[in-house]
Amino acid sequence: MTQTVIVVIYLGLLLSLGYLSSRLFRGNSNDYFVASRSIGPLVLFMSIFGTTMTAFAMVGSTGESYRVGIATYGKIASSSALIHSACFFLVGLPLWALGKRNGFHTQIEFFRARFESSKLGYLLFPILVGLIIPYLLVGLMGAGSVMQGVTRGAFPELFASTGGAIPPWLTGLVISGVVLYYIFAGGVRSAAWANTFQTFVFIIMGFIAFVTISTKLGGLQATSSMADPSKAVRSGNITEMQFLSYCLIPLSVGMFPHLFQNCLTAKSAKSFRLTLVGHPLAIMLTWIPCILIGFWATGAVMPDGVTPVIPEGTSPNAVLGMMVGKLATPVIGGLVTAGIMAAIMSSLDSQFVAVGTMFTKDIVVHSFGKERFSESQLVLLARGFICTIVLVTYLLTLVEPRQVFSLGIWCFSGFAGLFPLIFAAIYWKKATKLGAYAAVIGGAASWFFLFQASGYGKDSSYMVGGVMPVAVVFATCAICMIVSSLVSQPPSQETLDKFFRKKANA
Amino acid sequence: MSRPVVIAIFLVLLVLHQDFWLKDDASLIAGIVPIGLVYHMVFTVVAALFWFAVVRLAWPYAHEDDDEQEGDQ
Repeated sequence: MTQTVIVVIYLGLLLSLGYLSSRLFRGNSNDYFVASRSIGPLVLFMSIFGTTMTAFAMVGSTGESYRVGIATYGKIASSSALIHSACFFLVGLPLWALGKRNGFHTQIEFFRARFESSKLGYLLFPILVGLIIPYLLVGLMGAGSVMQGVTRGAFPELFASTGGAIPPWLTGLVISGVVLYYIFAGGVRSAAWANTFQTFVFIIMGFIAFVTISTKLGGLQATSSMADPSKAVRSGNITEMQFLSYCLIPLSVGMFPHLFQNCLTAKSAKSFRLTLVGHPLAIMLTWIPCILIGFWATGAVMPDGVTPVIPEGTSPNAVLGMMVGKLATPVIGGLVTAGIMAAIMSSLDSQFVAVGTMFTKDIVVHSFGKERFSESQLVLLARGFICTIVLVTYLLTLVEPRQVFSLGIWCFSGFAGLFPLIFAAIYWKKATKLGAYAAVIGGAASWFFLFQASGYGKDSSYMVGGVMPVAVVFATCAICMIVSSLVSQPPSQETLDKFFRKKANA
Repeated sequence: MSRPVVIAIFLVLLVLHQDFWLKDDASLIAGIVPIGLVYHMVFTVVAALFWFAVVRLAWPYAHEDDDEQEGDQ
């Protein structure tokens, strides 16, 4: 009960923040979509970091560490520390400069102009939105799992079917409603502010959870000594090729539509400096407590010395919620749960804004012309589409759930697989329209084929010839881009001058 | 710091990420954190230091004023 009250108070704080930022909303679409390109270094860093850390980073990492051990950190977090910043440097920064110079609001606007093809946008739109939906699902499913784990037994009469816990469908509904409110109140500016606030919250609460749980289990050394030693090594849990091919997954941040939009909000190139340096450290601060909690969960027993904290057969999604629910005091449990909700909502908000922006700019305005709609109508259209996508995602959470970590990896694999498209667009003058079409179709088709073969994420150990599916998707996309570009006409000189100006002057 | 140096350090870091020499070692540092995890924590800090060096010594935008958008806030 106490946990629920604390989470409700936290959600109330977020609603107030949304209201405050709505007072600053300038009422035009440029402010709604890219905050009038006015975001400084700290807010940019916190909002980009908050956006990349979702249920995957907290609920998923704890569950995966419980399942395969501490190698979880190496296979995805430490590689992200190096590669995410590389993406911000090699992709985010040039896209910000090109976006500012040419007035782009979305990835699709950029690709249409770079590859001189209006229809490319119509091909990319459903693929990008389709790949975001699993990402949104990860958030809503993660929130539901944690609340269910933490509130078990709190409402025995109200929610008898879930053992007195708040059911995932209700958590998903409330979380979606709160995020929708503050997004609708102030667009991307509101999301950036909320992310900054929430990033502080989830880093601090993750640390508090770490300290509380280890104290309850008898101290750091005693807790670690209880853990399963086979989970303290990589051997037997992840192969060399799997570990190596995992390094491609962090390239996904180069293709995330919501991160593209986050980058466009920057006030200047200087704003990115803090993000490049601070992002790896923030990853460590967020992931390490969760990885250790998952590792401890493999052998932790209750203070009676016999009963395991995590019963055998428990879903990895439930591990963090159960560890917090069983080992923290109600107040700490509530604060930590609020922190986990913060991590989840700080991604959902940017994703909601990104899909709304893409729909408005890339489909509606592009098809019917800007003059046909007023500024307020454009914002209304964005909101309508966001609600539709949220509804679809919410309904998907009600069907058979998937492991948060596995579903997240599939989502990231799709975006990472398309990385050759953005990289070629920025750095390869010979990348052509045909190359772009082939890369998108080849990448998306190979991703869908493999996703289907894995039972739509049901087989969480699915690999292709010993490597992660992302390697196949990435290679397909890159080969299609290179071969098709080499056999087709290069872009016009006018386009090349527009997109490679800075490089030519350097 | 020239571009080839940045690329070379980046590639070295990628190789160092593949921690096969520690994959069987289950020892706990200070009795708390598995050595494989400590290695990747140190790797993360080194990655941050690398990007700090890039920002300070290989920043591509020589004329920051060109990137400032006037009239904002």
